[in-house]
Amino acid sequence: MKRSVIGTIILLIIVSFVIPFTLTAQAAQEAAGERHAFVFKNTGNPYGEKQMEGFENGIEEQGFEAILRAPDLPTAEAQIKIIEQLIAQNVDSICVTANDYDALEPVAKNAMQAGIKMFSADSALNPASRMTHVNQADSEMIGRTLIQAAYDMVDGAGQIAILSATSQASNQNLWIEWMKEELKDPKYDDIELVRIAYGDDLRDKSVAETEALLRTFPDLECIIAPTTVGIAAAGLVISDKDLQGEVFVTGLGLPSEMAEYIHNGACPYMFLWNPIDVGYLAAYTATALSSEEITGAAGETFSAGRLGEYEIVDAGDEGTEILLGPPFKFDIDNIDEWKTVY
Amino acid sequence: MQNKQMQSKLKSLFSSTENFRELGLFFFIVLISLIIQMRNQTFLTLSNINTLLINGSILSILAVGMMMVLLTRGIDLSIGSTIAFSGMVSALTVSAYPSIHPLVSLLEGTLIGLGIGLIIGILVSRFNVLPIIASLGMMNVVRGMTFVVSGGRWVSAYQMSDGFKKIATGTFLGVNNLIVIAVVIYIAFYYFINHTRTGRQIYAVGSNPDAAEISGIPKKRIICLVYVLMGALAGLAGVLWVARYASAQGDTAVGYELNVIAATVLGGISLSGGSGKVSGLALGAILFAILNNALPLINVSPFWQQAIQGLVILTAVVVNVIVKRRNEYTALVRRNI
Repeated sequence: MKRSVIGTIILLIIVSFVIPFTLTAQAAQEAAGERHAFVFKNTGNPYGEKQMEGFENGIEEQGFEAILRAPDLPTAEAQIKIIEQLIAQNVDSICVTANDYDALEPVAKNAMQAGIKMFSADSALNPASRMTHVNQADSEMIGRTLIQAAYDMVDGAGQIAILSATSQASNQNLWIEWMKEELKDPKYDDIELVRIAYGDDLRDKSVAETEALLRTFPDLECIIAPTTVGIAAAGLVISDKDLQGEVFVTGLGLPSEMAEYIHNGACPYMFLWNPIDVGYLAAYTATALSSEEITGAAGETFSAGRLGEYEIVDAGDEGTEILLGPPFKFDIDNIDEWKTVY
Repeated sequence: MQNKQMQSKLKSLFSSTENFRELGLFFFIVLISLIIQMRNQTFLTLSNINTLLINGSILSILAVGMMMVLLTRGIDLSIGSTIAFSGMVSALTVSAYPSIHPLVSLLEGTLIGLGIGLIIGILVSRFNVLPIIASLGMMNVVRGMTFVVSGGRWVSAYQMSDGFKKIATGTFLGVNNLIVIAVVIYIAFYYFINHTRTGRQIYAVGSNPDAAEISGIPKKRIICLVYVLMGALAGLAGVLWVARYASAQGDTAVGYELNVIAATVLGGISLSGGSGKVSGLALGAILFAILNNALPLINVSPFWQQAIQGLVILTAVVVNVIVKRRNEYTALVRRNI
C-alpha cells in the first residue's frame, strides 16, 4: 500500500518534469514552421491566382509555409467556413480579400482571440475585424491619375464618360469620387463628364453600355473604365467600330486583355497595380505581424523583401492600411513584356 | 348576312389563341419601342438596330434549345457553364494553333456542347434524374472543368487569330455573321419543330407524357434528344460568345441560363410543357434584346434599370397568362353551344 503511494508520487514527479519539456519542444517546432494563410474571394479568378502566387513566394522565401485557400463562390459565408477551418488548424496569420466588409467580423474576432494575426488585402475588412489592410494603391492617386490620363488623351478639352462595374462597387465608387474631386481643378474647365455608366462587370452588359455611350454622345472623346471587364469591353467596341483616334479608352485593365487594344491605338495607355506585389507585400505583413515587429498601428514601419520599406498609415475608415504604391502604367513600350504575365 | 360572316371571321381571328398571343407580344414590342424612341432618338436608327440584333443573336440561338427543353417539361441550368467550357476549349485551341479554320472552331465547340448535352440527356431520360438536378450538377461539373482546362488563366484578344474573331465581326452579304447564323437556325428550327415527325413528337411528349408513350412515341429518346440539341446549341454559342467578346474567362456567362429562360418564357413557352410557338419565341428574344439595348440608352438610374427590366418581363408574362385564360374560357363557352 505504502509502496504504491510512493510509486505514484515518484511517477507524478517524473511526469511533471517531463511534460513542460515536451510542451516547449512542441512550441519550438511550431515557431520554426510558421504557417500563414491567404483567403481569396473565389477560385478561378486570374487576378486572384496572381495575388496568391505573390503571397506564396513572399512566405516561402522567408522559409515558412503558405496556405492558399479560396471558396468556389465569392460569398462571405464561404469565406467564414474557410476561416473557421484555419482557426482550428491554428495557423499564425490569416490574410483575407474580403467578400464583405462587415460580415466577417464575428469570425475575424474569433481568430484574433485565438491569437491569430488577422488582416485583409486588396478588399478590406472593417477596422474591428482587422489589424491592418494591404491596399493596392492609394484611392486618391488612382482617381486623380485616371482623370489626368483622360485630360492628356483629349488634349485638354472634350467630353469624357466613366464606365464602371456595379453601382454599388465600393472600390470603384471611391475612385470615381476622387475623379470628381480632381475635375474641380480649373484646369479641367473644358472637360465635361457626361455620364457614369455601369457595366456590372459583365461582358455583354459592358459592351451594350459602351455602345449606348457612343450613340448617345457622338462627340465623346474618352472613356475611363476603372474595371478590368469594362475597359476590355470599351476597347473591343472602339476597335470593332474603327473609332481608334476619335475615341480613347483608359482606366484599370489586365495587360493580357488590353494588349490588343494598346497595339491598335484604342487605348494609348492604362494602369493597374501588380497583383503579385499585393500578395508579396501581404506575405511580409503577415510575418511582421506574427513576429510582433508590428501591431498594425499607424506609424510603424517594416521591411518587405524586394519591395523595400513600408509604413503603416491611417486609412479613411478609422482603421490602418499599407499602400503598395502608385498604379503602374502600361503602354505600347512595355505591354509585350507584361501581356504574358497576367 | 355578309355582316354576320364578317363578325364570325373577326371572332375566329380573336379567339385563335396562338395568333392573338403573338399579336399581343408584338404590340407590346411596338409600344415599348415607341416609348424608348421618344426618350432617345437614336434608338430606331439602322445602325442601332443592327447592334441590337448582333447582341441579341447569341441569346436567341440559346432560346431555341431552351424552348425544346421546356416543351418536354424539362429545364437546363447548365448552359452558362457549357458556353464557358466550349468557348474556353476553342479559344485555347485557337491560341495554340492560330492557323485553324474558323469553321473547325465552330464544329469543335458544337461537339463539346453536344457531349455535355448527351450526358444530361442520359441522366434525365435513362436514370430518371430530375432535369433541374441533373443540369444543376452538370453546371458545376462543367464550370469546374473550365477552370481545370484553363488552369485558372484566361485567353485574351491578342492570343486569338483574326479569322477566329471574324466569326463574330465578319459579314455575309452585308449582314453580320451572328445575325446570319441566328436566322438560319430559326428557319431550320421552324421547319423541324412544325413539319417533321420528331418535332411534333416533342410537343406530344410535353403535353401528355403518358399518352405519348402509350401511343408509341419513343419518349426517352425524344427527351434525350432535346438536351443533346440544347447542349450543341450552347456549345456553338460558346464559340460565338468568345469570338464576339474576344475574351475567354473561367467566369464567362455565369447566370446566363436565367436570361435565356426568361426570354423563352417571355416568348410564351410554357414552363409546364407542351405549348409555345417559334414566332413567339423569336418575339420574346427580340423583346429581351431590346431591353438590354435600350435601358442604357434611356438614361435611367442604374438602380432602376434592373427593376424596369423585371417589371417589363412580369407585365409581359401576366398579359400572356390573362390572354391564355380568357381564350380557354371562350373555348369552353364555344363548346357549350
